[in-house]
Amino acid sequence: MAKPFLSIERLTQKFPDGAGGTLTVFENASFGIEKGEFVCILGHSGCGKSTIMNVLAGLAEPSSGVVKMDGFEVSGPSLDRGVVFQNYSLLPWLSALKNVTFGVRARYPDWSKAKVEAHGRDYLAMVGLEGDVVHRKPSQLSGGMRQRVSIARAFANHPKLLLLDEPFGALDALTRGTIQEELLKIWSKTEQTVFMITHDIDEAILLADRILLMTNGPFARVAEAVEITIPRPRNRTEIVDHPNYYAIRNHLVHFLGHRSKELAGQQGDGEAQSPVSVRIDQPQSQSEDEEPVPPLRAVND
Amino acid sequence: MAGLSLNARAAILSILGLVVTLLIWELATPKAAAVGELTEYEILMGVGQPEAGVPPPSALFVKAWEELSNPFYDAGPNDKGIGIQIGYSLFRVLTGYALAALVAIPLGFLIGMSPVAYKALNPYIQVLRPISPLAWMPLALFIIQDSEASAIFVIFICSIWPMLINTAFGVAGVREDWVNVARTHELSPLRTALTVILPAAAPTIVTGMRISIGIAWLVIVAAEMLVGGTGIGYYVWNEWNNLDLTSVIFSILMIGVVGMLLDAAFGLLQRAVTYAE
Repeated sequence: MAKPFLSIERLTQKFPDGAGGTLTVFENASFGIEKGEFVCILGHSGCGKSTIMNVLAGLAEPSSGVVKMDGFEVSGPSLDRGVVFQNYSLLPWLSALKNVTFGVRARYPDWSKAKVEAHGRDYLAMVGLEGDVVHRKPSQLSGGMRQRVSIARAFANHPKLLLLDEPFGALDALTRGTIQEELLKIWSKTEQTVFMITHDIDEAILLADRILLMTNGPFARVAEAVEITIPRPRNRTEIVDHPNYYAIRNHLVHFLGHRSKELAGQQGDGEAQSPVSVRIDQPQSQSEDEEPVPPLRAVND
Repeated sequence: MAGLSLNARAAILSILGLVVTLLIWELATPKAAAVGELTEYEILMGVGQPEAGVPPPSALFVKAWEELSNPFYDAGPNDKGIGIQIGYSLFRVLTGYALAALVAIPLGFLIGMSPVAYKALNPYIQVLRPISPLAWMPLALFIIQDSEASAIFVIFICSIWPMLINTAFGVAGVREDWVNVARTHELSPLRTALTVILPAAAPTIVTGMRISIGIAWLVIVAAEMLVGGTGIGYYVWNEWNNLDLTSVIFSILMIGVVGMLLDAAFGLLQRAVTYAE
């Protein structure tokens, strides 16, 4: 089998537990992401989602294991891996536009000033920020607008991989819905490879091509990779009518509710722990009340 | 009254207070009694000379008008205009202050970014900081052998600490997230320092600079009383020796006004670099 675009191989993260021992957050985690794929990772707090994200971003070093992108091992932060942080991480002394052009200038140092600015404005417009708003400082923007700026900054840099760390965690449900759609729009235009952490099952189903499910820590692992068999373009209101929606949703809820606990704490046997691929596809003709439990089909590579 | 804005009411109260104070001061000052013909003996004994006392505000206004209408005259070492004296003082303060900033801000960056440097230098800072700047004066005079340079050194040594400590504090307190933004954008250490850490720490650094300039202006008066020659501090002391209390009070006011202007300038700078999170 050909190597995927991004491959995480036997990633292990251990921290000192403060009592002289070590705490293993996850061990030998291995999974891959294809180019152009939108992958969400779901799991309970403390299972190491953010640690995986920081390793992918190059902001943290794993205890062992490697991350390879395009066949090359990554180490340290890079412009090829853009990050959208949960708390936006905009520079508060720069306007929205300057926050975006800050990144563009770092990415394309030989671009002219006018070109950098036009590029920044284009991406801000893609997330719905136009006109005088772009000259406001982050403190004068609402939480939703700030996160849009942060998303525009990340996309404007054309990274090979975009990492989103619970980007909508701090937003209210309505704003979250609109920005999810903005995100889908900008993603479909740019065909970025995206890896996103989230707590929200519906958000994951709406956005992702595949959802990675993590068991609880310590010794957390990526147990399943659930394919979202709902065609694009998707839309928040129509997606719930698709026959696969509740089947997938129930599977995810069941995993997070029970199986993430049952599978927790199983120490690996030293082998690479690859997730089991799960594909849930109900025939369109099947009526909803006939069979409430979806047929599961586990497919191992 | 109630219809006026807060500022207008405050201004009225402020001016009223000033007028009343000046009036009481004026009335409380004894007028020199008129005297008739004096014998030669009486003149020699100083009878009829105005007694040395606190002058009334009216005399102060006359003095201020006289000095401020020609601030830059120079009639020998003991008779220079107030503008020239303040100019000398400002030159010393700004030179010593600029040298201190050149040392304190880069060093503060180093201390703020490196916990090792912080721990290594902290004991020295803690010992040197509480020393009164004037205590350095004899040593400075002996080593530098020049009173002008010694005064500048004293300003240097007194303005370095608030800038150093605030820079280190501001740099160490820059949010991890912003540093991560710089890291994920692959900025070089120098560009990170200039485009992320410096603007992030600027409000704290400028606060330190503002404290420093205030201390430097306090210290220059005392330093010039010691080194003599020129400057507003020397002027105060010289007029005291002349028993010209009108000039003493006038120069005290001028020290206050210049100090206020220096502080206001840094206040503007502070407003320019402050950001809301």
